[in-house]
Amino acid sequence: MKVPIALAAAFALLVGCSSSGSGDGGDGTGSSGGGALSGSIAVDAASSLTEAFDTLKSQFEAAHPGTTIKITYGASSDLSTQISQGAPVDVFASASTTNMDDLGDQAVHPTNFVVNTLEIAVPPGNPAGIQSVEDLAKSDVKVAVCDPAVPCGVVAAQVFDNAGITVHPKASLADVKSTLAAVESGEVDAGIVYVTDVRAAGNQVEGVEIPSDVNATTTYPIAVLKDAPNPVLAQAWVDYVLSAAGRKVLTADGFGRP
Amino acid sequence: MTRRGAGAGTPAVVVPPALVGVLFLLLPTVALLIRTPWTRLGAIYGDQHVWTALRISLESSLEATAASLFFGVPLAWALARLRVPGIGLARAVVTIPLVLPPVIGGVALFDGFGRKGVLGHPINSVLGQDLPFSFPGIVLAQIFVAMPFLVITVEGAFRIADRGVEEAAATLGASRSRIFLWVTVPLVMPAIVAGAVLCWARALGEFGATLLFGGNVQGSTQTLTTLVLSVFQHDPADAPALALPLMAVAVIVLVGLRDRWLRPVSS
Repeated sequence: MKVPIALAAAFALLVGCSSSGSGDGGDGTGSSGGGALSGSIAVDAASSLTEAFDTLKSQFEAAHPGTTIKITYGASSDLSTQISQGAPVDVFASASTTNMDDLGDQAVHPTNFVVNTLEIAVPPGNPAGIQSVEDLAKSDVKVAVCDPAVPCGVVAAQVFDNAGITVHPKASLADVKSTLAAVESGEVDAGIVYVTDVRAAGNQVEGVEIPSDVNATTTYPIAVLKDAPNPVLAQAWVDYVLSAAGRKVLTADGFGRP
Repeated sequence: MTRRGAGAGTPAVVVPPALVGVLFLLLPTVALLIRTPWTRLGAIYGDQHVWTALRISLESSLEATAASLFFGVPLAWALARLRVPGIGLARAVVTIPLVLPPVIGGVALFDGFGRKGVLGHPINSVLGQDLPFSFPGIVLAQIFVAMPFLVITVEGAFRIADRGVEEAAATLGASRSRIFLWVTVPLVMPAIVAGAVLCWARALGEFGATLLFGGNVQGSTQTLTTLVLSVFQHDPADAPALALPLMAVAVIVLVGLRDRWLRPVSS
């Protein structure tokens, strides 16, 4: 028995190495655990996942030497467009089910893995004295939001709708980290970002909570993509994000369960 | 226009790369026309955002051009005629925005004119508002990026303009300012027009600095170019339709300036 097992392990290793070349994830590639993982994958992720995924990436790469997780963060709407235009990406983690649904069957069995809600970020010291969502409707308050096409912009619009106010933002930015950066730089008085972004920013910004009856939620799906160049490693990464270890990191960064 | 002399003719080695080169430059534009959803143009242009963005693009680029003329023509004269220490440095300063990626220009504008920028506080006390994320902000970004095109074009003309006419005006007793306004500027008017058109086209097409410093808000700081980005992010198929007005401008500029730029130097 010993020889065949060694052979099987060597075979699994070989397949693992060349898996970036083989498109179809046939049997035998994913079934062997542990050491079979190798190569690299490209992950497109919502920018709000930056800190959590950076942590998970270093944990995963440490557990699986020889693997590289290359993550591109950006607006989910933008990333979704890039994927549909043929960007060679293995895994997509979106801040909205809409942008995942846009991919149709390009996304294989998306799984909802976290939810997020919004919070008002203000520069340290809260120079404009923002106390509530309603304060954002004041004409002398400079507000930054995400572009209306980006998930955080969509959810922000829902919050304004729930509060029954009209906000005329001064800046409509490419993704949630750009909105956060506008607040950090002090160029605006307030920005609508996720609760996770306020937490990740540390003392760079202060948070003003949005009451739950006004707040809105967005659900994050994750999926391996149909044309993933390295489907085995891609599935292993998704499994890790969905695992208890992954949950721990996401919860610590302030994400909720779906 | 072709002149054949001894040794003239087409070297065979030139043809394939030249052909590939011109096709490479042509293909994306043609493909854009092919992929334009012609049947849905009405619906796409019917969206109010497009017209608002076009209006903001036109207004801001024309204001930027006017400001560039006001400051740029005297600056061009100074660069061409003044013989004082530091003028070489001034000329280098004018070329900074030409070589700087516009998005870096946007970052620099924050540091210079932002709320927390070097001049942020004085600007706010004079204007009563901050420049970033405002209409004056996008005009400022466009001036920064586009004015050098005007200055460089006009400077060359001042340099080669006929000094004899100016001297004649001086002997007749005209003041220096009068000579500048009524003799020198008319002399270089063709270059001023060409520079203004180049400057306007650049301002109209400005994207990086405008996106960053302006804020891309529908109805107030979203220009046609930054709208293309937003549209490409959620309706990529519609993006070519929005490119048409800007392409029309490019064609008009090319046709208008063809004598200046498209004719070989020797002719």
